[in-house]
Amino acid sequence: MAQNIIHLVNVSKNYNGTEALRNINLYIRKNEFLTLLGPSGCGKTTTLRIIGGFEAPDGGEVLFNGVNITSVPPYKRRVNTVFQKYALFPHLNVFENIAFGLKIKKMDKKLIAEKVHNILGLVNLSGFEQREIDSLSGGQQQRVAIARALVNEPEVLLLDEPLGALDLKLRQEMQIELKNMQQRLGITFVYVTHDQEEALSMSDTIVVMKEGSIQQIGSPIDIYNEPKNSFVADFIGESNIVSGIMLRDYLVKFAETTFECVDHGFKENEPVDVVIRPEDIQVVPAAESKLQGEVSAVTFKGVHYEMIVQNNSTRWKIQSTAMAPVGAKVGLQILPEAIHIMKKVTVK
Amino acid sequence: MKNKWLTYPYLVWMLIFIFIPLLLVLFFSLTVRTPEGLAFSFENFQRFFEPIYLRVLLRSVYLALISTIICLVLGYPMAMILAGNNFKRKNVMVFLFVVPMWMNFLLRTYAWMTLLERQGLLNTFLSFLGLPPLNLLYTQEAVVLGMVYNFLPFMVLPIYSVLSKIDRQLIEAAADLGADQVTIFRRVIFPLSLPGVMSGITMVFMPAVTTFVISRLLGGGQFTLIGNLIEQQFLFVGDWHFGSAISMVMMVIILLSIGVLSRYDKEHEGGGLW
Repeated sequence: MAQNIIHLVNVSKNYNGTEALRNINLYIRKNEFLTLLGPSGCGKTTTLRIIGGFEAPDGGEVLFNGVNITSVPPYKRRVNTVFQKYALFPHLNVFENIAFGLKIKKMDKKLIAEKVHNILGLVNLSGFEQREIDSLSGGQQQRVAIARALVNEPEVLLLDEPLGALDLKLRQEMQIELKNMQQRLGITFVYVTHDQEEALSMSDTIVVMKEGSIQQIGSPIDIYNEPKNSFVADFIGESNIVSGIMLRDYLVKFAETTFECVDHGFKENEPVDVVIRPEDIQVVPAAESKLQGEVSAVTFKGVHYEMIVQNNSTRWKIQSTAMAPVGAKVGLQILPEAIHIMKKVTVK
Repeated sequence: MKNKWLTYPYLVWMLIFIFIPLLLVLFFSLTVRTPEGLAFSFENFQRFFEPIYLRVLLRSVYLALISTIICLVLGYPMAMILAGNNFKRKNVMVFLFVVPMWMNFLLRTYAWMTLLERQGLLNTFLSFLGLPPLNLLYTQEAVVLGMVYNFLPFMVLPIYSVLSKIDRQLIEAAADLGADQVTIFRRVIFPLSLPGVMSGITMVFMPAVTTFVISRLLGGGQFTLIGNLIEQQFLFVGDWHFGSAISMVMMVIILLSIGVLSRYDKEHEGGGLW
């Protein structure tokens, strides 16, 4: 397909005998914002470095617009990277940093000055040309790093946890700016992060990774609402994950209670994982529900309260705008659509 | 500054071992011995600017420059290999580099004499091959060789230390922006290693320009350097006044060269020489 700008085919990578990536198959569509998401050590950065050309895969191929670029060195790839710690050149000022790639291409000096000027405007750093790198704040350095990559007009921009070192407020601002830039410039972004919120709010596609393999690929809404397994459910947002038994289609038993659900296609009496989002559980008077428990903790979280409700065998985490005091007996109401049934996986 | 008194021993130490001797050298350089006792005079400095002594000064600077350049040309690639990522026995190599520095300086230089002399190891080897013996010892080249051999580690180590501190990500960033190996070296690695190069140059040039042992042993007294001149004045001629004046001139030259070098060393502002 011509629409796929990057295609990883069966890519694998070992570091001293340990598998960092196993059989990664992934295509990245033109102009999409794709996020590689996972805990540290899941292989997301390695995947990005293989696309950038900084690591050679031990097996498999990297296709760029259908052409095999597996053994093409980084400086010949139509890809630019924003590095985790910015990697700005300390001996050059802002202008020289941004112009670095253009000068190598032997571009006309006037054109370079114009391009640097424009890109600085884009990242809101107009007039910063002559500033030294170490006189800039973290957020400003971040913008210079983005400008330095974007000024080369890459077909794909790789970003390796670019907002990791910024404080929360700045990070949220930059998230919006990055997303705007991506949409305005129409460049494919491949973004690495371990922050699920960041991934959910920015991406067109999220790739959830764990221990070197892909767990799920999908839109943020799909990944959040229909996690494929309990790892994804647990990693994306908060979840109650309990063991249950699928009695038959549309009927599941957990916490010694039988619930209707919308899932089917499991074997009769098959052990399953049941995932329920904390915000999908309603607290009702004890008499109105077949599942009861006692509130053991309440935390105020700003927009909502977070309550821990203990029933015989299970602890339930519940997020609700209504609060029940500690010690109160409450009923828990769970609608069939809120119950996500997953095949049992052994999570280490 | 509560513990200010902690600095007092250091101040006393500086006073006794640095400040007072310096003052004495200055005092001697500005006086001459007359039948009536010591008299203030610029005569010593005037004497130094006679052609015979200026030639010694020029030769010292010339030989020290040559040695420094050779050290840089040999030392930089060496430091790059040491700092390289794919070099496994890095620590062993650095260790081997440092080990000769633990040996006595004189001993190391004497060792070169036995290698270079007429019946020495090299000439024995040449005659074994049926070749005529060469005049190796007591030449200008032998002096330069001695300087390079003795001072090379002082060039390699500061460059190595700066190179190994360069962030790998900077090199990757340059490659990412389209720079090939040569461009990465020219535009990123070399400019970033300049502080190391500057301290390397200072650390080689300064001992090289003032040495008297190497030129005496390997030059056989034929190539009087400024160090030899000072040594002679103090130990053999007994003219402490002229010796002190030469020392003062030498100090000014060294201070000037540090000043010039540190202008190219943005990072350290001339403070990080030692």
